[in-house]
Amino acid sequence: MLKSSETTTAIEVKNISKQFVLRHTRSIKEAIVWLLKGRKGDLSEKFHALRDVSVEIGQGEAVALLGLNGSGKSTLLKHISGVMLPDSGTIRTRGRVAGLIEVGAGFHHDLSGRDNVFLNGAILGMSEEDIREKFDSIVEFAEIGKFIDTEVRFYSSGMYLRLAFSVAVHTDPEVFLVDEILAVGDEPFQKKCISKIQDLAAEGKTLVVVSHDLDLVSRICQRGILLEGGNVTFDGPIEEAVATLRR
Amino acid sequence: MTSPDAELVRPGLGRGLNDVVRSRFLLKLLVRKELKVRYRGSVLGLLWSYVKPGMQFIVFYVALGVFLGLESSPRNPDGLPNYAIYLFSGIVLINFFSEALGNASRSIVNNGGLIKKIYLPRELFPVASVWVSAVHFFPQLVILVVACMFAGWHPSLIQLVAAAAGFVVVGLLATGLGLLFGAANVYFRDSENFVDMLLMVATWASPVMYAWTMVAKEIGEFWYNVYQLNPITVAVEAFHFAFWVPTTDGNFPLPPHLLSWWLPVALLISAAVLGLGQLTFRRLEGRFAQEL
Repeated sequence: MLKSSETTTAIEVKNISKQFVLRHTRSIKEAIVWLLKGRKGDLSEKFHALRDVSVEIGQGEAVALLGLNGSGKSTLLKHISGVMLPDSGTIRTRGRVAGLIEVGAGFHHDLSGRDNVFLNGAILGMSEEDIREKFDSIVEFAEIGKFIDTEVRFYSSGMYLRLAFSVAVHTDPEVFLVDEILAVGDEPFQKKCISKIQDLAAEGKTLVVVSHDLDLVSRICQRGILLEGGNVTFDGPIEEAVATLRR
Repeated sequence: MTSPDAELVRPGLGRGLNDVVRSRFLLKLLVRKELKVRYRGSVLGLLWSYVKPGMQFIVFYVALGVFLGLESSPRNPDGLPNYAIYLFSGIVLINFFSEALGNASRSIVNNGGLIKKIYLPRELFPVASVWVSAVHFFPQLVILVVACMFAGWHPSLIQLVAAAAGFVVVGLLATGLGLLFGAANVYFRDSENFVDMLLMVATWASPVMYAWTMVAKEIGEFWYNVYQLNPITVAVEAFHFAFWVPTTDGNFPLPPHLLSWWLPVALLISAAVLGLGQLTFRRLEGRFAQEL
């Protein structure tokens, strides 16, 4: 079982490039001035967020995307989740992909915890039966208890994040994308989150983790991919990747 | 759920409105959220959905019906009989359209935080806006029907079908334009101002407050046909046919070929606008995450 799943590709990224346009202006006035000046200078400035990136991730692998700020880690993750489409190249994924990308993105402050569990669960791709079935488990994991019917705006930031994280880990996708959220909550809850993620990895889920916490990712992941200025500069065992980044 | 040996697929490529049908549950939750959140913290709550059109109706009725003499009375025999019902049956439809299109055009930008982070069928947001407006439309319709009952309303089946068709025409049109302007709004925020202007025009470009005969008399046959190409115009006329005509003696003429020609044409135009909206939306949605 393990052998065969290791050989199946979960995420295939082939030669993708992505350019962002940093638009200086959108106003007609500035565009006209620019035209009158004989189109001198660029109205927009472009930069490469990803350059010809190719990565293949097998089922059951736990991979860390490492790099400094602005190296393209989060952009790559957004491409895998489908939020962004590449300018060139292709991405293919197998099975359901769900993200712990900025937990709480789908939360609404004016709704109760219960409503938010349903809304956020559905946003992350769970079906109605799924959510009903896992509802108790979600509340229990989040340690929200009787506050579940309180509006989320009255939650402490810790409670809020715990509930959001709890919904996300219960979505049960094949591929899990984790972006910089392990720094949530207090120490005990953080430990709980990390052990939950390790459980997921042990269950054979594919994990792609973006984090600046190098010690943490070395504990969870076996493989590290180093990005620099939109290029993959290293792809190999996590220890070497971390060592290269620290150098 | 997908099995572990599912095919490799490219993420982020939706199937447009088909995805909305597949995510009915999420659509339902988004609509419910919108309904809960809209009037949160206000004393009147959902009642605002009635108070506002009610006030609008009274103002128009007094100004147009009484002061400008559109209502027929012993002193003003040329006016429209039951002008109040004539006016209200048009207003509810226009209100539905205005609210649906206005909110749908803003829906993508307003949900930008979510769209930037999680992939989900983005058509859900404009569709949910239209749906919410339909929920707000329904009680107004009930008030209209009650008012009609008092005026001796006995509709025929054809008239009820015409009303349903009119509603569908407006719903499709609002969804189509909502997709179009909602997507455009991500790139150019001018879009929502343009929509506001469009909605202001829409109220007057259909025979909501005046009668179609006044238009036909002034602009001649060719331009009247152009006027009739507006699906909202046809839908409003269909509503008049369904709600207002049965309360009158039936002497007021219907627009020629309303049911046999204009209503099907309006349905086709609305469907075409929906197709166009969907097409534009899909063209533009690939870059939503980076433009928002």
